[in-house]
Order: sequence, then structure tokens, then C-alpha cells
Amino acid sequence: MVNLVEVKGLTKKFGKFTALNNIQMTINEGEIYGFIGPNGAGKSTTIRILLGMLKATSGEVKIFGKDAWKDAVEIHKQIAYVPGDANLWPNLTGGEVIDIFLKMRGNGNKNRRDELIERFNLDPSKKCRAYSKGNRQKIALISAFASEAQFYIFDEPTSGLDPLMERTFQQCVLEVKNEGKSVLLSSHILSEVEKLCEKISIIREGKIIETGTLSEMRHLTRTNLIVKTIKPLPPFETKQGVHNVNYENGEISFQVDSEELDSIIKFISEFGIQKLESSPPTLEDLFLRHYENAKSIASNGGKGQ
Amino acid sequence: MNLTLIKGTGQLVKIIIRQHRFQLIAWLIGIVGVSLAVASSYQSIYQTANDKTAFALTMQNPAMVAMLGPGYDAKEYLVTVGTQFAHEMLLFSVIAVAIMSILLVGSSTRTDEETGRIEVIRSLPVGRLSYLAACIIVVGFVNLIITLLIGVGLRLLNIEGITFESSILYGAILGTGGFIFGSITAFFAQLSDTSRGTKGLAFGALIIAYLIRAVGDVGNEQLALISPLGWSVRTDVFIENYWWPINISILLSGVVLIFALYLNSIRDIDSGFLPKRKGKTSASPYIMTTFGLIYLIQRTKIVAWSIGIFALGAAFGAVLGDMEKYFADNEFVQMMLSQVGDFSITEQFLTMLMGIMSLISAIPVIMTILKLKSEEIHNRTEHFYSRSISRNQVLGSYTLLAIVESIIYLMVLALGLWLAALTMMDDPISFGTVVQSALIYLPALWVMIGITVLIFGFVPKITSVIWLYYAFCYVVAYVGGMLKFPDWMKNVSVFEVIPKLPGEEINVIVLVLVLAISIVLLFIGFFGYKKRDIVG
Repeated sequence: MVNLVEVKGLTKKFGKFTALNNIQMTINEGEIYGFIGPNGAGKSTTIRILLGMLKATSGEVKIFGKDAWKDAVEIHKQIAYVPGDANLWPNLTGGEVIDIFLKMRGNGNKNRRDELIERFNLDPSKKCRAYSKGNRQKIALISAFASEAQFYIFDEPTSGLDPLMERTFQQCVLEVKNEGKSVLLSSHILSEVEKLCEKISIIREGKIIETGTLSEMRHLTRTNLIVKTIKPLPPFETKQGVHNVNYENGEISFQVDSEELDSIIKFISEFGIQKLESSPPTLEDLFLRHYENAKSIASNGGKGQ
Repeated sequence: MNLTLIKGTGQLVKIIIRQHRFQLIAWLIGIVGVSLAVASSYQSIYQTANDKTAFALTMQNPAMVAMLGPGYDAKEYLVTVGTQFAHEMLLFSVIAVAIMSILLVGSSTRTDEETGRIEVIRSLPVGRLSYLAACIIVVGFVNLIITLLIGVGLRLLNIEGITFESSILYGAILGTGGFIFGSITAFFAQLSDTSRGTKGLAFGALIIAYLIRAVGDVGNEQLALISPLGWSVRTDVFIENYWWPINISILLSGVVLIFALYLNSIRDIDSGFLPKRKGKTSASPYIMTTFGLIYLIQRTKIVAWSIGIFALGAAFGAVLGDMEKYFADNEFVQMMLSQVGDFSITEQFLTMLMGIMSLISAIPVIMTILKLKSEEIHNRTEHFYSRSISRNQVLGSYTLLAIVESIIYLMVLALGLWLAALTMMDDPISFGTVVQSALIYLPALWVMIGITVLIFGFVPKITSVIWLYYAFCYVVAYVGGMLKFPDWMKNVSVFEVIPKLPGEEINVIVLVLVLAISIVLLFIGFFGYKKRDIVG
């Protein structure tokens, strides 16, 4: 089977600045792929290269088996893209812009358009200059979901949307997935990525530092525990694999590295467990851990010099 | 009036002035500076009684009256140069002050409301009418300053026949003219709920006032008196110095302002009294094409420039007729005329005009290509390029639009010039001649398009270089001969290379060469655009 998106060794330089460094990415058919990272990490640059707007300095970028730069126009017949901040033409109405966008792809569905306008609760008769950011975002989303694409690219699509509309967006993404289509979702809202995405990449400073399914990633990380024991626990902060210990109202909350989980539970159980709550690490925990690691490495490196 | 309604007005006056201070200073310097500079230069322009009579003759032809107002009796131009100055400058100075007032009031009412600034202010212990009241005070104050600066300044120039009363009256015509349009804008700001709508209505009112006055001045004086501009030009300033138009302006401004304040006091914030026009909920087929969309985005600009170029053409056309009359009595010019041979002074004048007007027409044509750069900066080209639209299609549409525009502008230029000349000249110039002398510049405009596309295609950051080249062409056209530029240098300007019609012969080789250059430039530009990164 041909992978839908195949990125190998992608590097992009702007002058001397290396924006992307040896990016690998594979998206399969029917997959929702999460793309997360702090501002300026290179998410939008990667997406613009996928869209053939920027030219890769080196590496291979293929969508539907075709070259993203050379065959851009051909590829885009099957792609729907929503930018993070949709700048629209101020003197056109929302309805006009949606029609224009559908026509530009060439395969829009009029009924689906009207249905989506309803679902996203958009007034299509207003001029774009009068729309709030959230409403402009809705226009881009409606145009994307009303087009019959095979691959959807969302670059922070829900910024400015209210929670209700965020849910509508998530429903639409799942519907698209159920039709066997693929999605690339770049987002800051980690709960959204967590809910929707099967595979996730974390990008930092132009490098992908982690890729995998959420459970794979979780495996590598820590579990959050809250315990209450009959006999008081001796201080155990120094035990291997224990982090962030907090004492509160007679309860102790902490994090344990997955590989040490067994030995720590054995140790605690000797003191008589009254209460034990465990929760898997959230994506936010994962993300922050990567980020904090990077910071401490950076500061250590600074000291070393 | 209930004083709580205007609580805090004084503070707001300071805020509004501070917000607009640079803009207001620029307007003040511009209006006062130009008025005084022109007034002082008039002393040396028309020296003899003969010149002055000729001037009076020119000013009394209907096209001039329609453009500048009714003016004075012929012998009054002999009394003081103030009359010449007033006839040529007064109406357009009033319009300039009116534009300043419309912009000031429009942005310190609706713009501030649209952006939420008034909301913040109103949440403070400030009266409901304070912001509008403060805005009115500011526009009144600015117009008062204009009145005083021009009034005192004109007197200080010590021009014969300009008394202190008449110079203050001249200033007051400007000041009250500005104030009345400021007041009308304040009123419209209550009707429309957007700043664009408000300014649109106000400029519409200004244009209608100008047209009513023009029609009235030529035909029916009663009609002219309906328009504020109509009574502004009827003070007989520097001769009789009637003050009644000033009083009417102040009175009318007061009435309009009372209405505006009343409407402001009863309306909700962010709302207007005009019903909101619902926009279209779906797009018409023509804007769903790339070219149609690109045209729509620039339609307002194209229409505005077409009207402007038509009007300029008409203005020159009207003068063209007078050239003949004026020079018919002038022996010196008669002598010169006979030396040039087959071509009349009018026709030579025509070639000069076309040279300048084609340069002016190049501005909106270049702007059309540069619009694509601004669309890219504003992340709007990504809507094309994330869909099945190629770069050739987009740049091609912009280029095609620029080419179509170049034809439109030169055609309306020729049309305006010819129509005006037709009504003015005893022996009108043929339409064919005018069109030919205009359209001959098309290849030059296309080279300008080509250079712009070339720069934009490779290094969009430096597209302003095209304006440097443009400025060079302008300098060559205006003073190249006077400054004795060498021929090779003049020929760097593509406008200089074009054969001047009527007068010179059509040099087909040169035209084909220029055309070929423009095509090559376009070709390379398209190639570069296809290869480069798109910012957004």
C-alpha cells in the first residue's frame, strides 16, 4: 500500500537559519495524525511545504505518491486545508467566500455546504470585515468539510472557536475519518489532539523529537498516582523513578516512571493502602516533560561552557 | 441639557486631539501652506491688464465655471489679484478642508466605536453624549484654527486689495465649509453602523454637493444655492465681502449637530438607524473564477482611478480649447506656431499632455500587480495555493487585469479629453487623433507591468524599486529637456522612447521592440514566481 503522506529527511533553510531539520513523517490512509509543538517549532513551515508553497531545501515530500512541490495543483484537488488564522477578503461575504473556495477546488457539495453553515451556526450574509476571528475560522472549516477531499490539513483550526463549535469540529473530523479519509491536525489544544489522534508527532526547534501512538508514548513516561496509607509513609522522594511528590491533606500525589511502577506499588502496599488513584499521563504531561527536559539540557549546556 | 450627558467631554477632547495630532498638523500645514504660497505667487503671474482680461475670459467658459465656480465680473479681476486667487483656489480649498473634517469625524465616531474604544470609554463615568460632543468640539476647533491662520496669514502677505475683513472672510469660508461637512458626517455616523458606511455617505454628500453646484453655476443659480459649496463660492470675497453664506453654514451645522446629538442619545452602542444591508449568501458565477475574484477585489480602485483620469482628461481638454482662444491674440505664439509647420499648438499641447497622463495612468496599473504582494503578505494567496490553482493562473490573472486596466485608463483619458475639447473648441480635434496619441503609450505601460512582475517574481521584498524607476521616468518627462539630460539617459525611460503623436511618425520597429521587451520581462517574472517560496 502507498502511504498517503511520505516525508523523508525533509530539511528547510531560510538563509542560514534551519527551520526544519531532517523531518520524517508517514501518514496512512484513514489516519488522524496529530502534530504538536510550541510556537515557532516549524509546524506551519512543514505544512506549507506539504502544500507546495515553500520549496524543501532537501529531502523527499510525497503526497498520494506525487511530489508536493511539482505536482501541487494536481495534489490539491484532493486536499482541504484550514489555516490557523484565515485572512479573508474584507469586501466579500462569508457565503461568497465559501463558494469561491469550493469552486477553486472544483468538487464542492452545495447541500453539504448549507448543512455545515447550519451546524457551525454561521451567518453567511455578513461581510468578512465584520466577522470575528472565530467566525472567519468557521468559514475556512465549512469550506474544508464541504469539499470532497481525501486528505485534510488543519493548522491550529480551532483557535477562536467557542467550546461548542470546537465539539462540532471534532465531530466533523471523526465523520471524515469514518469515511476512510486522513487528517493532519496541528494544534496547541492538547486535549483535542489526545481525543482525536491515533498517531502523534512532537516537533521542537525544527526536529521531530517523538513519534508514536499515544499509548506508546505513555509507556515511555510516568503515571500519576494519589495514595493514602494507614501507616505514614516514610519520605521516599529519593527512590528511583519517583517524581514531583506533594503532601496534601494526608494524601500524597506523585509521578512514577512506568518501569518502576511495580516496585513502588509493592513498597507502598506495605504501609496499608487506604486509597489509590492512578491516571495515565496526559498529553500535556508528555509535552511539558519534553519541553522541560530540553530546557534543563539547555541550561546545563550553558553552565558547561 | 442634562449635564451628566456630557460629563468628561473635556478629557475626551484631549484624547481625540492626541490621537489625531500628526494627521491634523499635516492637514493644517498642507492647507494653510498651499493657500498662502499660491496667494503670494499670484502677485507675479498676471501682471498686465491684458493678461488679467485673458484670465477672466478663460475662467468664464462654462467648463471652468462648472469646475471652479462662477467667479467674478471681468473688471473685478483688475481690482485685486485676490479675485484670481479666490476663483482658482477657493472651491478646492473648501473641498480639502471638508475631506479633512469628514475623515476626522468619521474616525473619531464610528471607527472608534467599531474598534471598541468607545465601549471602553463609556464604561467609565462619562456621559452618553460626551464622545460625540468632544469630536464636534475638536472638528470645530480645527476649523477655527484654519480660519484664523489663513485669515491672518493672507493679510500678512500684504497683497494689494486684500483687507483684514476679506482675508478673515476667506478663512471663514474654508472653516465653515469644513465644519458643515464635519457636522454632516457626525449625523451620518448615527445612521450607518460602520465607519466605511459613514465616510461613504459623507463623501457621497460632498460629491453631490459639488455636482449640484456645478450644474447650478452653469445654468440655474437657485439650484446652486441648495448646495453648501454653492453658497461658499458666493461671498464675493475680496470685493463685496458678503457674510451671509458664513451665517447660513453655521446655522445649518448647528441644526444638523442637534439632530446628530439627539440620535446619538437615543441609540444603542454599535447600532445605526439605517437598516443593515444583508450581503449575498452565495457567490455569483463570475467571482468564482480567479480573474473575476481578482477583479472584484480591485474594482473600487479601478472605478475610482477611471473617474479620476477621465476628470483630469476633461480638465485638460477644457484648457485645450482655451489655448487656441488665448494664443490666437498672441503674436509671439503665432510666430512660433508658424515655425512648427503642420501641427497646431493644440496638437503639440496634446502630445505633451499624453506624455504626462500616460505616466499618471501607470500608477494604478503598477498597483494592480503590487496588490498580489500585499495579498501574499496578508496570507490570502494561500487560499489559492492550498487549492487547485496554479501560480501561473494567479499571476496571469493579475497581469491580464493590469493590461486591461492600462487600456481602460488610456481610453477614458482620451474620451474625457476629447469630450471636453469638443465642447470648447471651434475646430475640434478628431477622436481618432486623440485615441491614437493615448494608446501609443500602451507598450510603455506594459513594460512597467513587466518590470513589476519581474521584481515581484524573484525578490518581492524590493518591489518598491519599480517606483524609483517610475520616478526617474517622471523626472525625464517633466524636466529632462530643461535639465539637458543626454539622449541615452532619457531613453532609459520607456515613456521617452515611445513616438509622440500627433507630430512624430509612428516608428513600428521601436514599438515592436518595446512590446518584445515587455513580453520577455513578463516571461522571466512568471518563471521566477513559479520557483520561489510563497510566504502566505
